[in-house]
Amino acid sequence: MLAYILRRVFYAVPILIGVNLITFFLFFVVNSPDDMARMHLGMKRVTPEAVDKWKQERGYDKPLLLNRAEDGARSVTNTIFFEKSVSLFAFRFGSSDAGRDIGYDISQRMWPSLAIAIPVFIVGILVNITFALLIAFFRATYIDYWGVFLCVVLMSISSLFYIIGGQYLVGKLLHLVPISGYDDGFDAVSFVILPVIVGIIGGIGAGTRWYRTIFLEEIGRDYVRTARAKGLSEPQVMFGHVLRNALIPIMTGAVAILPLLFMGSLILESFFGIPGLGSYTIDAISSQDFAIVRAMVFLGSALYIVGLILTDISYTLVDPRIRLA
Amino acid sequence: MLALIALAGVAVVGMIALRGVKPVFLWTDVLIYLLVLVIAGVVIYSRQHEHLRAPWRRVWRSRAGMAALVVLGAYVLVGLLDSIHFREPLPPVDRSESSGHSVEVLSVFDKLAEPLRLRVEKTYSAPLAAQLYAREMQELPDGTQQRVYPRLQYGGAHLNDPETERSADIVVTASAGLMKGLGIAVLVSLAIVMLLARHYRTTPASALGRIMRAQTAMAWHVVLLTLAIILVGTMVLIELSGKYHVFGTDKVGQDVLYQTLKSIRTGLVIGTLTTLIMLPFAISLGVMAGYFRGWIDDVIQYIYTTLNSIPGVLLIAASILALQVYMANHPEAFETVADRADARLLFLCMILGITSWTGLCRLLRGESLKLRELDYLQAAAAFGVSHARILSRHILPNVMHIVLIIVVLDFSGLVLAEAVLSYVGVGVDPSMISWGNMINSARLEMAREPIVWWSLAAAFVFMFILVLAANVFSDAVRDAFDPRLRAN
Repeated sequence: MLAYILRRVFYAVPILIGVNLITFFLFFVVNSPDDMARMHLGMKRVTPEAVDKWKQERGYDKPLLLNRAEDGARSVTNTIFFEKSVSLFAFRFGSSDAGRDIGYDISQRMWPSLAIAIPVFIVGILVNITFALLIAFFRATYIDYWGVFLCVVLMSISSLFYIIGGQYLVGKLLHLVPISGYDDGFDAVSFVILPVIVGIIGGIGAGTRWYRTIFLEEIGRDYVRTARAKGLSEPQVMFGHVLRNALIPIMTGAVAILPLLFMGSLILESFFGIPGLGSYTIDAISSQDFAIVRAMVFLGSALYIVGLILTDISYTLVDPRIRLA
Repeated sequence: MLALIALAGVAVVGMIALRGVKPVFLWTDVLIYLLVLVIAGVVIYSRQHEHLRAPWRRVWRSRAGMAALVVLGAYVLVGLLDSIHFREPLPPVDRSESSGHSVEVLSVFDKLAEPLRLRVEKTYSAPLAAQLYAREMQELPDGTQQRVYPRLQYGGAHLNDPETERSADIVVTASAGLMKGLGIAVLVSLAIVMLLARHYRTTPASALGRIMRAQTAMAWHVVLLTLAIILVGTMVLIELSGKYHVFGTDKVGQDVLYQTLKSIRTGLVIGTLTTLIMLPFAISLGVMAGYFRGWIDDVIQYIYTTLNSIPGVLLIAASILALQVYMANHPEAFETVADRADARLLFLCMILGITSWTGLCRLLRGESLKLRELDYLQAAAAFGVSHARILSRHILPNVMHIVLIIVVLDFSGLVLAEAVLSYVGVGVDPSMISWGNMINSARLEMAREPIVWWSLAAAFVFMFILVLAANVFSDAVRDAFDPRLRAN
C-alpha cells in the first residue's frame, strides 16, 4: 500500500512539471515581461525606465531560462523560470504582482472557502442521494419520468441565475440574511447560509440524475434479485442492499473532488463577497495579477492529483476485491 | 442538405437585395459553414447505412426529442442568418465613384431586424412601456418645470394617451400577431401534411388522421404542434416589437429583444465550434492510444492527464489573459472591432476545446482498447491490413456512436459555460453581445432601486429554452445510440 502511494506521488511529478511548463509558456513566452509591464502601467506613454523598474521590483528582469552572466549553478537558478516556476514545487508562491505574500493570503483565505464548500459538499450529497433514492424507488412510473424531467429542467438553468435569484428572493425581498459579506467566528453563519443553500440547489439537478443512474444500475444486479427472492420487502432491498452498494461509486466519486474543495467556488464566492480562494482567483483575473493566477493553477493541479490518489485508495478501503499493486 | 441549399439561397438573395455590399467572412462564419457541410455529410452518410438509420428512427419516434429538435432548429436558423456578414457601402460623396464601405460589420439577421437595431431610446425602459424608466426634468407649456417620465421616442409612440390606451393596444396587437401566427402555422402544417400524403401515397385527409393518431414513423404530431407554438410566438413578438420594446431597453436604450436574439449566435458558436475544433484531436489521439498501446498510449495519457489536472476555468483564464496582453500589444492585427471580437471568440472556442477534449479522448481510448481484441480485428491484422486502414475502416466507425453522444451532450454545458466565463471576465469580448455579457451587466441593474429585471429575464428565458432543448435532445440521442441502454 505504502509503496503504491509513493509510486503514485512519484508519477505526479512529471504531470506537475507539464502544468508548470504550460503556465510558464503562457505567461513568459507568449508575452514577454515587457508586454506585461506595459499592460500594467497603461499602454501609452510608458517610459522604458518605468518598465524596467516594474520588472525589477517583481523579479521579472532576469533571463528566461539561462543566465549567461552568472557561473555554475547560479546560471540556471538566477532565472525567471527557476524563481517563478520551479519554486512552486516547494509551495513557495512568492509575492503577487501587487506585492502581497501569496502563501500567506492562501492560508488566510482557505477557511472562508471551506466554510462554504464543505457544507455544500456534504449536505448536497445527502440531499441528492435522498431524491435519487426516491426516484429510483418509483422507477418506471410517472413520478420517475417527471422527476427526471424536473432534474433536466434544473440542470438547464445557469448557476448564475440560481445565485441572482437566491440573492434577490432571500436577501432583498425577505431581508432574512445579508446579501454579501463575511465575518469571523460564529457570526459567519448568517453570511454563509445563503451561498450554501444556493450551492446545494444549483447542484440538485445534475447530482440527482447521476445518482439515479447509479441506483438503477445496482437494482438490475443479481444480488438484488436474490434479496427479493428470499422475501425481503422493497424498502429493505433499497436501504439494506441497493443503497449500501451504490455508496461505493458515489463515495469514490466524491473523494476525487474532496481536495478541490480548498479552491472554493469561483462565482459563489465572488457574488456573495466571501473572502475565499475562489474570489481571490477572480480578483486576480480581473486585476490581471499573473503571479496569483500562476500559483492557483499549480495549487489546483496538485490538489487534483491528490484527489486521484485518494480515489484509488478509497477503492481499496470500500471494496475488498480491489488490491493495489 | 436542405439547410445548406436554404442557406446558400438566403445568401444569394441577400446579396442581390443589398447591391454593392462587401461580404465579410469572419473566421467563425467560415467554420460555421464548414460545420453545416460536416453535418450535411453525416446526414447523407447515415441515410445510406442501415445500422445508423435504425437509431435515428428511434430519435424520430421520441416525442420529447422531436419537440426539442424543432426548437433547436429555430435557434439554428437565427444563428445562421446572423452568420452571413457584410459591410454596407457608404453613401457616395459624389456621384461618380463609391466611397468605400462602412466599418460596421452587419449580418443578414441585423438587416432583417433593422427596426429593432436602430430604434434606440435614451436609456432604460420597461418591457412594452411607452415611457422611460427614469424621471427627467421637462419644461411644461406653461413655463414651469416638472420631473416627469418622458415619452419614448419609438416604444408606443403611436399612442395619444398611453395611460388609457396602452394595455388595450397591446392586447389588440398581440391578438393580431396571434391570428397571423395561427394562419401561418395552419398553412405550414397543410403543406407538410400534403408532402407526407404524397410520401405515404394516401389522401391528405388520411395522412392527417395518421399524424393526429400518432401512427407515423416520426413523431409528426409533436413536430407540427411545436412548430405552431414557435410560429405563433414569433408572430406575436414581431407584431408587438413593431410598436413596442417587448423586453424593454437597456442602459444605452438598445432593445433587449434584439440583444438576446443576437446572443443566440454567440451561444451556438461556442457550443458547436468548440466541439468541431476538438473532435479531430480527441478522436485521433483517443483511438491511437487504445489501438497502438505502449509508449504512444503513455504519451497521450500523459498529455490528457496534465491538461485535465489544471482546473478548467483557470486554464481558460490564463490563456485569455495571455491573449489580452497579445491583443493590447498588437492592435494593428485586427481591422475592425468585429474582427477582434471574432478572433477572441474563436480563441475561446479553441481553449474550451483543449479543456474539454480529454473526457472524449479517454472514452475512445477505452473503447478501442476493447475493440482491438475482438476477433474481426485480429483477423484483419492477420490478413496484413495496414494500421491506417484498420483504424479508419474498422475502429473509427465503431466508436462513432460515442462521439455523437458526447458531442450532443457537451453542447448545453458549453452554452452554460459561456455565461460563467463572461461573468468571470475571461469569456467573449465585452463588445460582443452574449448572454454572459447581458447577465454580467444585469447584475448591477439588480442593485438599482427600482430594479431593472428585464435584461436578466430575457437572457434567462432564451438561454433556458436553448439549453433545455439541447439537454432533452441529447437524452433522446443517447437513449437511441447507447448500446448499453438499448439492452435494457
